[in-house]
Amino acid sequence: MHIVTILRLNPVLTDELELADDGMDIDREWIGVELNPLDDQALEQAVLLKEQTGAKVTALACEAEGGEKLLKTALARGADDVLLIRLEQDEDAPSPSSRARMPLLVDAINNLSADLVLTGVLSTDDLYGELAPQLAASLGWPQASAISDVTLDGKVITVRQEYAGGMAAYLEMDLPAVIGLQTATKPPRYVAGSKLRDFLTLQVPDQHPTVNFASDLSRETRLELPDTSVGAEMIEGSADVIAERIHKILSEKGLV
Amino acid sequence: MMRALIFVEHLDGTVSDAVNEMAALAAGAGLICQGIICAGDANAINALAGQLNGFETVVAITDASLTNYNPASTLIALESVVSSLAPDIVMTSYSTAGVDLAAALAVKTGREMVGYVSELSVKGDEIEVASQIYGGKLIARTKLSGHSVLAIMPGAAKPDAVAQMSTAPEVRMMQVDLSANRIRVKEVIAPDTTGLDLSKSEKIFCVGRALGGIEKLEIAASLAASLGADLAGSRPVIDAGWMPKAHQVGKSGTKVKPKLYLMAGVSGAPEHLEGMADSELIIALNSDEQAPIFNKAHFGALCDMFEVLPALTKRLQGET
Repeated sequence: MHIVTILRLNPVLTDELELADDGMDIDREWIGVELNPLDDQALEQAVLLKEQTGAKVTALACEAEGGEKLLKTALARGADDVLLIRLEQDEDAPSPSSRARMPLLVDAINNLSADLVLTGVLSTDDLYGELAPQLAASLGWPQASAISDVTLDGKVITVRQEYAGGMAAYLEMDLPAVIGLQTATKPPRYVAGSKLRDFLTLQVPDQHPTVNFASDLSRETRLELPDTSVGAEMIEGSADVIAERIHKILSEKGLV
Repeated sequence: MMRALIFVEHLDGTVSDAVNEMAALAAGAGLICQGIICAGDANAINALAGQLNGFETVVAITDASLTNYNPASTLIALESVVSSLAPDIVMTSYSTAGVDLAAALAVKTGREMVGYVSELSVKGDEIEVASQIYGGKLIARTKLSGHSVLAIMPGAAKPDAVAQMSTAPEVRMMQVDLSANRIRVKEVIAPDTTGLDLSKSEKIFCVGRALGGIEKLEIAASLAASLGADLAGSRPVIDAGWMPKAHQVGKSGTKVKPKLYLMAGVSGAPEHLEGMADSELIIALNSDEQAPIFNKAHFGALCDMFEVLPALTKRLQGET
């Protein structure tokens, strides 16, 4: 059983986002990046399945920068192997979307002979479609998104799919399959810095793309900052002043 | 006129609110609306079609595997209908089913796809949509000229924007071979109503990822207790295991409408807003000036919540 988990780097959303001059992308020069939190859940679920069944886990990333550190962390977390598809950053083009990267990942998944692909259900910049259903559609495999529980039994996988309002369903899927994970069975594990240091000098296996990006609408898209002139009445001042004002609002509304 | 094919999502015999919202959005852009319903049998189809408003026709596919939502058989059915009818636009809600179907359908049928759509306009052959990305911190405006698939945010339009039609849409049954389906629905789980039910809460205090760790939950719990509010969390808080699932508000949690929704460290991503936007009074504390929740809240404060929360708790306890 070979599980491939796909990891993506996302801008840190608590950082201030600024737009590139052409409005086609965010200004990525100073923005921090982090592992997509939902891919973090997918990595944890892959390692949990490995511990339960003895499956092999390969972490796969497709990045221009930061991919080595990302994959070394995956090894420290329990992945058996890693592969980096090393992108050449085109300064004049927006960062490739999940849709654009999809053929490169499909090619790698086929070469890795994966039985199960786990990735996060979404990334906050998946404007042209989430990754898991696109991979599955291209591979011709079954797929389910918003998954919170996964159990493996031979060539069949059982997953819990979450719906709005607390509804859910257990689905049985034939392998190979793709899962868009929302929540791992257990929260992502903490890895000590000393364990991360064990992998610092490791040479991450990599390859250059052997297929082309898919087309998307990134050249037909312009980004804007939302209009902030409407919205909340802002309360300013020290912590005590803010607390006093909130308390007053609650009192006036009869809520305390 | 352009035609929109809208995926009619339903659960437990009830059409999702988002379906008639999508019809209103499409009608507002001057599109003719067709629906596609996948269900277990003709009786279910007729009952669901009767809940639709603004649809001229509905294409219906019945099969035992479609009794409950099945990602694989539904995708096969949708792909077949889209290939047959060739609508200009296919619309799904940005729901679990929408995430399963929209992007996959786009790949299967060679269409462009745009997600997180909150606005739609059509001028001649050109379609323009606005989407909320990066957790709602940016708006993306995209122009499409070809056949496309759009995943629409719940609440993008008011369903009553379309005049109530006096008759149900014409239903056309269609046969589709679903034998390639490789997913089986084993069990449908109803919401757990034995514990906390946030949908009934009058006051909710919700914390987000900025809380930083489970060890800091006591600060939030103390405020919630002083306020007489139920304590809730955004998705990252629940995913991190800091609170049980029953405490989650948002797209994948509980939809709430309390008299007070006080929130700290929650950015206000569209998935969270979907679950609490109808709250009567929203007060948001956040240290990020760009947090989209400030566009939705009634009152906001740009602050360090670890300074404000204890101060507010003291006031609520009458210590100041």
